Amino acid sequence: MGKTLAEKLWEGHLVHTAPGEPDLIYIDMHLVHEVTSPQAFDGLRLAGRGVRRPDLTLATEDHNTPTDYTLPLLGTSSIKDDVSRTQIETLRRNCAEFNIELYPMGDVEQGIVHVIGPQLGITQPGMTMVCGDSHTSTHGAFGALAFGIGTSQVEHVLATQTLPLDRPKTMAVMIDGELAPGVTAKDVILAVIAQTGTGGGQGYMVEYRGSVFEQMSMEARMTVCNMSIEWGARAGMIAPDQVTFDYLKGRTHAPSGADWDAAVEYWHTLRTDDDAEFDAEVTLDAAAISPFVTWGTNPGQGAPLSGSVPDPADYVEASDRISAEKALAYMGLEAGTPLRDIKVDTVFVGSCTNGRIEDLRATAEVLKGHKVADSVRMLIVPGSMRVKAQAEEEGLDQVFTDAGAEWRQAGCSMCLGMNPDQLAPGERSASTSNRNFEGRQGKGGRTHLVSPLVAAATAITGHLASPADLVKS
Amino acid sequence: MDKFTVHTGRAVPLRRSNVDTDQIIPAVYLKRVTRTGFEDALFHAWRANEPGFVLNQDRFAGASVLVAGPDFGTGSSREHAVWALMDYGFRVVISPRFADIFRGNSLKAGLLTVMLAEKIVQRLLDDIEDDPSTEVTIDLIERQVRWTGEVHDFELDDYTRWRLLEGLDDIGLTLRAPEYIDSYEQSRKPWLPALTTR
Ligand code: SF4
Repeated sequence: MGKTLAEKLWEGHLVHTAPGEPDLIYIDMHLVHEVTSPQAFDGLRLAGRGVRRPDLTLATEDHNTPTDYTLPLLGTSSIKDDVSRTQIETLRRNCAEFNIELYPMGDVEQGIVHVIGPQLGITQPGMTMVCGDSHTSTHGAFGALAFGIGTSQVEHVLATQTLPLDRPKTMAVMIDGELAPGVTAKDVILAVIAQTGTGGGQGYMVEYRGSVFEQMSMEARMTVCNMSIEWGARAGMIAPDQVTFDYLKGRTHAPSGADWDAAVEYWHTLRTDDDAEFDAEVTLDAAAISPFVTWGTNPGQGAPLSGSVPDPADYVEASDRISAEKALAYMGLEAGTPLRDIKVDTVFVGSCTNGRIEDLRATAEVLKGHKVADSVRMLIVPGSMRVKAQAEEEGLDQVFTDAGAEWRQAGCSMCLGMNPDQLAPGERSASTSNRNFEGRQGKGGRTHLVSPLVAAATAITGHLASPADLVKS
Repeated sequence: MDKFTVHTGRAVPLRRSNVDTDQIIPAVYLKRVTRTGFEDALFHAWRANEPGFVLNQDRFAGASVLVAGPDFGTGSSREHAVWALMDYGFRVVISPRFADIFRGNSLKAGLLTVMLAEKIVQRLLDDIEDDPSTEVTIDLIERQVRWTGEVHDFELDDYTRWRLLEGLDDIGLTLRAPEYIDSYEQSRKPWLPALTTR
């Protein structure tokens, strides 16, 4: 019997295997940021251990960095919060001590960890990648095995460049057909999560398959793989193809010359064999997917924008009913309200889900010639300093500021309440990020997850909307 | 990681069930950047707000075994909960039932979590409350808990027991056979990305 892509990746990285023990897996690249690494470095020091492969370790600052500073800036004086500043300063000291490449705030290469790996060509097909961050699955878009790890695992990788792991099962998500115009990767993954529930992928390495994913750009594929963790999957991946190779060619760390040819030849073998079997399969119909938004407090509580806030009483399972009731109470929503009638205060475009150049282009396309509604604050935050530079070269920043939106420095920003970009209690946002948990964007804040297209249209109208609604009005 | 063979010490009775990790260590302490020094954080709210709380009672000072009600360690998976217990001086926690993730974290870090039947734990709680000087022995070699007049077996898989006896954390285990890693590295594809380090 043939093998799935995930199995090939797993077996290609087996350092050691023995009955009754977890597999020891080699890690090709370890990404590090300021939040989950301090104790790992401290653990190394306590045990008198070093970093085995600093050359396979890359660090950046993203979660705590403010996004409204003025360049050039390499110090930490712009960080007002003591804890945030300490985390950043600790990362800098640790990287210096252990000889690890770090892109600090203000550096041209700085950005969200999951945005900079791909753009540097560091993320490549066939690799294993880890980071102390649950959205590491993003890198699976290249046909890599990439997943988030905990702090003690970060320490393990630093010390040994390996991880002892039990092999997860495999699952396929199959979506064939054509997406309707205006339906994006974000809508696809929100629809997948709404169908499977937030625990549907638990214990699985998931491969997204079918023509819908084959037709996506690399950045769209990253959006899909990014949110794998939101339905519990251990990793998400898409087989590499010409789109992948074209994206990689010429990037800083991509192979070149004869290496490139050898790499491409190898990358072509990274596909699920025709006779391979998955442990589980999920199928969706592309034509049935429309712009999707969340109404609740987990990413699985979503519905088509054309629908309404559901009635908790309609849920069969008691646990679903209770969780929907709690979500509506927190979100301040009434069952039956058309989703399009929900007014927002804040619109956030950014994060490792939707903070790349294509996302910004899509946002600009919709905003062009419009104004952000008076009642709305719109933040547009590039995922990396390179994305920022590219957007400015294309004049997108001008479109944003002309429309009345704020254009910021790179970072995680309002994706999570760890830096100054936060919602106030009771404020409601339409956000292109990946988590709508209670308080995620600031204490008491209410989050609706949306695509960049929906975010832009919502900013203009002041209520949840898609670009198609703008034409009508 | 220190080896764990046989430990004898006095015990603290924590008569509460469903002690979640947020009670073991409140979220505000997660912002620290060190791996040690969490002893002040342990059960912080209870120690601050309840003068009668067991850890505030002199008669239990210096105990190294924590005896708790069922479902100890539920809630978020923070590894800090284990660190705080160890930093405070606990080497063993005994409870009728532990949350899975907490138990996994504890056994990896070298904090022995022992499950005994609920009625046995009840008797142990009674005994240490009656006489705080009671010495409890946790014998990992025999997989036994013993105190005045009582001997009880507990279960722990062979692999975990061996690791604790040898004092091997995951990293120590992996580093016992570095030749596997060395030889894997010989076979890596030549074009894989690497950063120049200073
Ligand atoms: S953008 Fe959000 S999800 Fe992505 S790494 Fe930053 S905080 Fe995590």
